Order: sequence, then C-alpha cells, then structure tokens
Amino acid sequence: MGEILEAVVAIFLGVGGMVLYFWGSNWVLDNFLADSVLPDGSVVKSKANQRESIRPWLFILPAIVLLTVYLLYPAVATLYFSFFDADSEAFVGIDNYEWAVGNDGFRTAVINNVAWIAIVPLLSTAFGLIIAVLADRVRWEAAAKSLIFMPMAISFVGASIIWRFVYALRGEGQPQIGVLNEIATSLGGSPISWVTKVPLNNFMLMIILIWIQTGFAMVVLSAALKSVPDETLEASKMDGANEFQIFFRIMIPQVANTIAVVITTILITTLKVFDIVLVMTNGQFDTEVLGNYMFFWMFRGGGETGKASVIALTIMVATLPFLYYNIRRFQREEKFR
Amino acid sequence: MSTIDQTTKATAGATTSASSFRIGKLLGWWGVRITLVLFCVVWTVPTFGLLISSLRDKDQLAVSGWWNSLIPTTTTGQGRTGTVADAIEEDGMYVIRGTIFQEGDNRNIDSFGLTAAGTSDFEAGADATTTDGYTFTLDSSGNYEMRSEEPFPEDFDRGQRVVFSAQTNPRFTLENYEEVLDAQGIGDAFINTVVVTIPATIIPIAIAAFASYAFAWMKFPLRIILLTMVVGMLVVPLQLSLIPVLKIYNSFNLRGTFPGLWIAHSAFGLPLAVFLLYNYLTTLPKDIIESAQIDGASHFDIFVRLILPLSVPALASFTIFQFLWVWNDLLVALVFLGASSGESVLTMAVRELNGSRGEDWHIMTAAAFVTMAVPLLVFFSLQRYFVRGLTAGSVKG
Repeated sequence: MGEILEAVVAIFLGVGGMVLYFWGSNWVLDNFLADSVLPDGSVVKSKANQRESIRPWLFILPAIVLLTVYLLYPAVATLYFSFFDADSEAFVGIDNYEWAVGNDGFRTAVINNVAWIAIVPLLSTAFGLIIAVLADRVRWEAAAKSLIFMPMAISFVGASIIWRFVYALRGEGQPQIGVLNEIATSLGGSPISWVTKVPLNNFMLMIILIWIQTGFAMVVLSAALKSVPDETLEASKMDGANEFQIFFRIMIPQVANTIAVVITTILITTLKVFDIVLVMTNGQFDTEVLGNYMFFWMFRGGGETGKASVIALTIMVATLPFLYYNIRRFQREEKFR
Repeated sequence: MSTIDQTTKATAGATTSASSFRIGKLLGWWGVRITLVLFCVVWTVPTFGLLISSLRDKDQLAVSGWWNSLIPTTTTGQGRTGTVADAIEEDGMYVIRGTIFQEGDNRNIDSFGLTAAGTSDFEAGADATTTDGYTFTLDSSGNYEMRSEEPFPEDFDRGQRVVFSAQTNPRFTLENYEEVLDAQGIGDAFINTVVVTIPATIIPIAIAAFASYAFAWMKFPLRIILLTMVVGMLVVPLQLSLIPVLKIYNSFNLRGTFPGLWIAHSAFGLPLAVFLLYNYLTTLPKDIIESAQIDGASHFDIFVRLILPLSVPALASFTIFQFLWVWNDLLVALVFLGASSGESVLTMAVRELNGSRGEDWHIMTAAAFVTMAVPLLVFFSLQRYFVRGLTAGSVKG
C-alpha cells in the first residue's frame, strides 16, 4: 500500500512540476513585463512586443534543454570517449578502433547486423504489403488487420518469451511443448534446437522482429494503397489490365515512396535491435549484434567506456544516410509551407 | 498507324483476359481468404499458445503441448508405502494400507511398478509381489494395500517404493499468476512500471506540445535550425546517448531513481513528439490563430484555450505511442535504473526470470503475459489513435 501511495505522490510531483513551469513562467512574464496601464484602463506603454519575443523561448526551453543534454551533448561526448580508455581518463588515440577491427565479437556483430538489416525490413515490408492487399478484399478486414498488428503492442522482451516458447526443445522421444518442434517431429524429423543451431538461429531471432514489424508495414501500406484513386484502377481495368498487372504496374509505383519510408523506418529499428538478442541468446551461438555487444562492453568489468563508444558510433554511422535523407525531405517540405 | 495497332492490341487483350480473369478471380476468391487466414493464424498462434499455457496446471504444462491442453496428460510419479509401524492385523493377515499420493493430488493411476523403470509393469488394481514376498496392489485412485502372512519385520522401516503412471484431467488455474505476482516479484515490478510510465508519458507531451506550438506558430531566430535538428534526432540511435548520460547520472546520483528514468524517457521521446505535433499543428488554419491574436489573446492563452483542445487527436496518438514505448522499454530501464538499485520494471524482471527460471514455463508464460496485459488492453481499446499516429508519421511524400 505504501508503495502505491509513494507512486501517486511521485506522479503528482513529476506532472505537477511540468504544469508549474509552463504556467508559472508565463505568469511571471505577463506580470513583470506588464503594460503600464492608467487607472482608467488606457495603455501608456505596451510591452507586448518584448513579451512576445521572449515567450517562444519559454515554450521551447524545456525541449531544447532536454534534447541538448540527452541527445546532442552525448553524441559529441561519445565520439570524444571513443578516443579514451575504459575509464575515459587516458587518451589512447585510435586504440579502441583498432581493437574493434581485430575483435571477433565485433566482426560477428557487424556481419549479423548486416544480415538483420538485409532480411528483416524486406520481409516485414513484403508480408505487410501482401496482407494489406489481401485484407482489402475481405469483409473482415479490420479484424484481420488487428490480429496482424497486435504484436506491435507487445514488448520485445514479451515477444522473445513468446517465441522462446514456440522454439522450446524437449529431448527426442519426449512429448514436445514447443509448436515448432511438435511440427518438426510430427513430420518425422528430430527436434531441433532452433536457438543454438548456427546459422539458422540468427534467422529464428529475426523472425521475432519480422513478426512485430509486419503489422507496422501493413498498417502504413494499407493506408497508402487505399489512397490510390479508384479512377486509376477503373481506367486500367477498362484498358484490359489483369489483377497482377494492376498490382505491379499501377499500385506499386503509386505507393513506392511509402514503401521506401516503411523500409527505412524498419531498417533503423532493426539496426538498434537489442532486447531480442539479449533475452534469446545474450549473443551466444554466433548471434551477437551491435546493440547487445555495446551493452555488454558498457558494463563489463565496471564499464569499458572507450570500446562501448566505438560500438555505439558504428551504429550511428550506419544511420547517417537516413539522417541526411530525413533532413533533406523535411527541408523540401518546409519550402512548400 | 501506331494508334490503331495499340487499339487492336488492347481490344484483343481485353477479350482474352476477360475469360481468364473470371477463372483467376474464382481461384482468387478462395486464394485470398485462405492465404489471409493462414497469415492470421501464424501471427496469432504464438501469443495464443502462451496465454493458454499460462493458465494450465504447471505439471501438465511441463509434459504436454498446449494444443493438447484439453485432453488428459500422462504423468509419472513415485511414492513410498507406510512402514511396519503402520501395519495392522486383519483376519490373520498383516496389512499396510494408505494412499500413495500427496494431499491434493487427484490423478488417475493407469499402471504401476515396484522398480525404478517399471511404471507400466502392472495394471492398476492388479496384484504384484514385492521382492520381500509381500502381495501389493494399487488402485486407480492411489490407494494401496500390502499384505503379508507373517508379521512385517522390524527393519521394514522405510516402506516399499512404488512408481506409477497416471492420467491427469486437464486443469486450468490462476496459480501461475499468483506465484509470479507474489513470489517472483512481478507484482512489485508492475507497480514500478506504472510509476515509471505515467510521468514518462505525460511530461514529454507537455514539453513537446509547447515546443511544437512555438515552432509552428511563433516567430523567433534559429527556428528553422532548431527544428531541423529535432528532425535529425529522430533517427539518432539511443545507444549513442547511453554512456555520456550514464556518467552524468552517476555524478548526480540520479542513477537508480525514478525521476532519472522519467526525464531520460521524456528526452528520448521528444523528437518524435515534437515532429508529430508540429506536423499536426501546421495543418490547422492560420486564421483562427490570427483572429485570436487580434482579439488580444497572448500566445499562451491561444495555446491553452484554443490549440490544446483542437490537438486532442494528435496528442492521443502520441500518448499511446509513448506509453507503449516506455512500458515496453528494456534498454533505458536497464541502464538508468540499473539492476543494483533493487527496483526493476516488468521488462527487467522478466528478463531476470528468463535467466534464472527460463525453463520453468509456468512462470515464464504467466510473467510474460502480465507484462503484455496492459499494452494489449490499450492497443485493443485505442487502436484507432495508435494507427493514426503511425500513419501520420510515415505516409508522407
């Protein structure tokens, strides 16, 4: 009971602090830079311009402070730490980078990450597109989409447990409790250790993320497909195009941009994958990925800051093209506002 | 010339495909439905299996697949009979009677045996002879009787070992949930998760709402540069922030505290929040803000009285987004709450259990489902807003 009370107080303090800042700072601004007013209500000297030039900064200050402390400064600091030793005290030049290049774990992680980003975004998007197209033709579209989309609400940890149970292994001859090995044995095969068998296990781990991300791809692509004008489809039918032609020649080109956005969004998520590997294998059996490897070095023996920084930067470098692309796209759109 | 060619081609194409189109459509009608059902089944079965399993009796769960959860399971067990102290004399015979089961066990015994590997040596109710020459029988409800013509010797003080194979009727129970909530610390972790999630959802919304209003409708220097930075931060991986922020937290003793976690989550959620709300606010008509300004309202009044109520759909979308993100997060919690603080959120607790009790599926299934319950509830009741938030961020350009 005490814990719940503490929690309620904590929540009120956290949220109340927020309200107090915005309301309070604006109150202060309005009262300390108030217009000089005569008793009859006529304004002698308006300070509205001063107030309104300060107010934007009051509005954005908390956001700017948080973004600077939690995202901007750390990006620079991580780069800085990557040239220092485990405790960030002694300058070691490019030692950490050399270490990474020669390190087996790092190499495995990079290779696996490449495999992840090559497979997961593509399969998720392909499945999402297929399901979006199929669901469009049935009356139970909403229900079908709900079921496919549901994994998006589940944590990576929860999803990992769900799939560990699907992959569960019992010895040969014993009744299997995992669905996949039940299927394998009822087809006459031997039970397989899905999680430890290299390189199959990497793919089994990717399936978890594909299972989660397909729903995202489906929802976004479904919305895009529905926005393809009916007239276009009718016209191509009149011209004698069959279903496949309509799909590949008319619909796909119309949603090509959305497909690109979906693939890159999933790609960025995939690049950072961490929880799934941590829970399923903790990087054993050749399943290491950069996200998990960074976490490992971050706390190993009290923290190897230099090495972990290099691994984090590797992930960052991989996202740079998307960062550039995002900014360009934003600037293009801003011009048309 | 070429126009005529194309026209004839098109007409020919139309006539040939018209017949094949109908067949394709007929096959397609079933094809579409069967494929879609298959996708739905594959996507649902893993979660469904976990849910069913979490409700099963833990002994049954360990020996049979959840798809068999409605048929009786076969389990084996063993026990010992009473000793010489329990023997009674009856009609000139010496008898030891009792039940082989622990209290509460209500299995149906199929067969039994008197050696370690002999669970199917004798049918239930049949007579067996022990190595000491006594007559032994065990009925299907677990009652045994051991008879001897001579008195049992004084050194018969450990009883007779009995192994058996039994059928258990399907049993569904909430015991697994009771165990994880109570004994495995999932209950405390649940409360912690709530304490972390609520402020970590509300704080960034408030901050982002004010900031995106300023970006959308106020004029100030650096506006475009700052906004572009926010957009860039959308894709910056979290991993890049962990080490420096952890160093700051360590020096200010913020590590392992809830406020530390709230602010970290708020900051990491901000770029998306500002971006989503900014996109929404710029779609509102300029006139309403300008006319309010002419009436003498300050930007603060306009924001609170006019814009906030209008922004409810966008705010709701982000709220769900951030709520699910924080609730489901493991990395930020692991790094900034830390295992050492003794407090853990649900994802941390489940990960911990996965390490120590990973093969005890009655614990893992129930624990995993507890972490999923709230997100699934939120998801199914507010799916509309969630989808809208997702598509707003992506279906552009």
